[in-house]
Amino acid sequence: MTEFTLQIDGKEVRAAEGMTVLEAAQAAGIAIPTLCHHEKLEPFGGCRLCIVEIASRGGSRLVVSCVYPAEPGLVVHTRSPKVDRIRKMILELQMAHAPDAPILQEYAKEYGAEPDRFEKEASFCIHCGLCVRYCAEVKQKHAVGFIDRGIRKEIAFVPEIAARECWNCKECFPLCPTSYLQATYVLTEAMAFPRGESASR
Amino acid sequence: MSRIHSPEELENIWKRIQSERDPRKTCISLCSGSACHASGSREVARLLIEEIERQGLRQTVDIRRTGCHGFCERGPIIVIHPDEICYFHVQPEDVPEIISKTILGKEVIDRLVYTDPETREKIIRESEIPFYKFQVRTVFGSNGSIDPKNIDDYLAIGGYGALAKALFTMSPEQVIEEVKKANLRGRGGGGFPAGRKWEGSRKAPDPIKYVIVNADEGDPGAYMDRSLLEGNPHAVLEGLIIGAYAVGAHEGYIYVRQEYPLAVENVNQAIRQAEEYGFLGKDILGSGFDFVVKVHRGAGAFVCGESTALMTALEGRVGEPRPKYIRSNIKGLWGRPSVLNNVETWANVPLIINHGADWFIQFGTEGSKGTKIFSLVGKIVNTGLVEVPMGMTLRDIIFKIGGGIPNGKRFKAVQTGGPSGGCLPESHLDLPVGFDELTQAGSMMGSGGMIVMDEDTCMVDVARYFIEFLTDESCGKCVPCREGLRQMLKILTRITQGKGREGDIELLEELSETAIEASLCALGKSAPNPFLSTLKYFRDEYEAHILEKRCPALYCKELIAYYIDPEKCQACMICGRKCPAGAISGAKGKIHVIDQTLCTKCGTCFEVCPTRFGAIRKLSGVPVPDPIPEENRTIIRKRPEQ
Repeated sequence: MTEFTLQIDGKEVRAAEGMTVLEAAQAAGIAIPTLCHHEKLEPFGGCRLCIVEIASRGGSRLVVSCVYPAEPGLVVHTRSPKVDRIRKMILELQMAHAPDAPILQEYAKEYGAEPDRFEKEASFCIHCGLCVRYCAEVKQKHAVGFIDRGIRKEIAFVPEIAARECWNCKECFPLCPTSYLQATYVLTEAMAFPRGESASR
Repeated sequence: MSRIHSPEELENIWKRIQSERDPRKTCISLCSGSACHASGSREVARLLIEEIERQGLRQTVDIRRTGCHGFCERGPIIVIHPDEICYFHVQPEDVPEIISKTILGKEVIDRLVYTDPETREKIIRESEIPFYKFQVRTVFGSNGSIDPKNIDDYLAIGGYGALAKALFTMSPEQVIEEVKKANLRGRGGGGFPAGRKWEGSRKAPDPIKYVIVNADEGDPGAYMDRSLLEGNPHAVLEGLIIGAYAVGAHEGYIYVRQEYPLAVENVNQAIRQAEEYGFLGKDILGSGFDFVVKVHRGAGAFVCGESTALMTALEGRVGEPRPKYIRSNIKGLWGRPSVLNNVETWANVPLIINHGADWFIQFGTEGSKGTKIFSLVGKIVNTGLVEVPMGMTLRDIIFKIGGGIPNGKRFKAVQTGGPSGGCLPESHLDLPVGFDELTQAGSMMGSGGMIVMDEDTCMVDVARYFIEFLTDESCGKCVPCREGLRQMLKILTRITQGKGREGDIELLEELSETAIEASLCALGKSAPNPFLSTLKYFRDEYEAHILEKRCPALYCKELIAYYIDPEKCQACMICGRKCPAGAISGAKGKIHVIDQTLCTKCGTCFEVCPTRFGAIRKLSGVPVPDPIPEENRTIIRKRPEQ
């Protein structure tokens, strides 16, 4: 595998082919905020919080570091007024759903996000997809998935699979930044698990 | 029919078909596109066939059920060749007269021909009607002479000649060079140069490559691709096969919306016929080149028109976009180099190969060559599909071809580029249409939707409408689009309801920035356009809504009131009887009054009040005058002098 260097926040950073900018930064100990990234999972590019600026054709442009491939000689700035402004907005949008999520609160402090900028939404899922993707990619069980699309999109357990697989796994639970997953699981268990499969456990 | 094994055989077939067709023979070409279908062309077709049969004219009169002629406003449309007599709004009861008078008696039926609205002059020939006269119909023109279900009709006009030319006289590189020289840019929205896209795929080392037709046209009011695929599927197929040869693909897909049943049917039939003739399959025309194509029916998601989402859907997964940092022409469908172009782009390819890039670039502007089909809808006299050379001004399209705004209303704006395009005001009417020109003005070419709006249109509500559409169609994968649009829609809705607050415009601008800069795909990145372009050109309307709680176009329900002018009311009782809310009081001879607390603002009274009275007014931003006292409501009419 070819190794090369790129520059992140003025620091020369080594990276290997196939790595993303986010991975290169993390390997070098440079923190970039993210909500949907997980080292065991394929890059998703959903939360867009890890947006960074790269030098391009004499100017700069914004790219999303968890999906942007690291390239030799690339010059990356992980903070800029624009980057910070966008991160702040993304956090504020997410806090309409989950104002109490610890990770959101932590980032909100860093970026000056106002938790109450937008009216609160009923669902506290932030659609990071960690549970859905972990179950599909790592466990390969597909017990939880997304249903519907756009602003009506939600996570949902498939009761038949969940009743069979989830009781002794629940590895997705600690991944959820807002505990919405646990709520969904309990609700599914209570309302839709096939009779006799969950109660006995 | 057996397979064709060489270009010579193809030429012989052309000759045979042409020799079997007498150009002087009467041929009734009946538009059977979706729009005319909706206005009753099927019944007209049935009766025409019956009547021809009954009068024993089967040997002397041909009838051809063609694709869309474009002038959908006036369907069902009939063109009688060779004299090119054009009849509009043809109804079933007109059929016997058409046969006896026009076909047998060579007499034109005045009632059915086009009347110029200004000069009142009757225009008989299709090509002389203003709607058609100013168009350049290189791509769309053949629609009117082809029965899409019959490949012979396509062959009769030299169909698949460009394919033979490419396969036998050009290398794949030469084909790409020609398309590059023609500067054919993607007609689906992005405007990316097709030749460069093809070249990238051609050079990609992976031996398995794909070519794809994007027929997932989803813009509200746009149906160019639908009409092309329905009306001339072989032109699209021919372009696709040439493209496949150029990039080195042996497999192709047509991704077409399930909501386009006729397009699905016609393209499937076209594929079967092309396979029979040897334009598809192994060893095409004896060239040694193999290519197959499959039709995939889209399940109806706007976002699947986005190239990466389309490919994900083709793979059988949820149609969500993926990051495009590595382009699809290098790594697309199943990770292979994949060239995806829109229906209209593919349909241009045979023309470029047949006539050469030099012919193609005679049309258009510096950056945008060739022609473009627009779907001209909204508040426009001549609704329909129009094909014009790039560079024609919006004014010419809307007024010369489109016939202007109906009902004597004033033009206010034209929305181009589909839901994520923008609205351009009157001051931009002289803008030449082209990819770069429209983008610079804050709108975009998109796939060619053109929605004309008149003075009664509220621009804030227009923005709200399109943002609502996009919110509904967002896939929901990324935050700036899903959450950003959710909030933008809430704010815009609030503004149109008169609950706008100071700072709303700035908040919308901030949300727009995040969506543009940080969204995953083009849907989110362009979604704020309806807001930004209306803000740019109609800021005063936003301010009127927010600060004065006034809707200048008198459109937003929550901001208007209906009021009966006591000076004008003639106490005819029509509005009172029609009011579904029972909000209008009054009696014969007594001036009517609307009870504002009961009024639901449905607008019925406004519509039914006789225009000669014009007593009902819409008010916005001003208090509704108090009703006149009960005792003053009696109308004292002077009796006419005996």
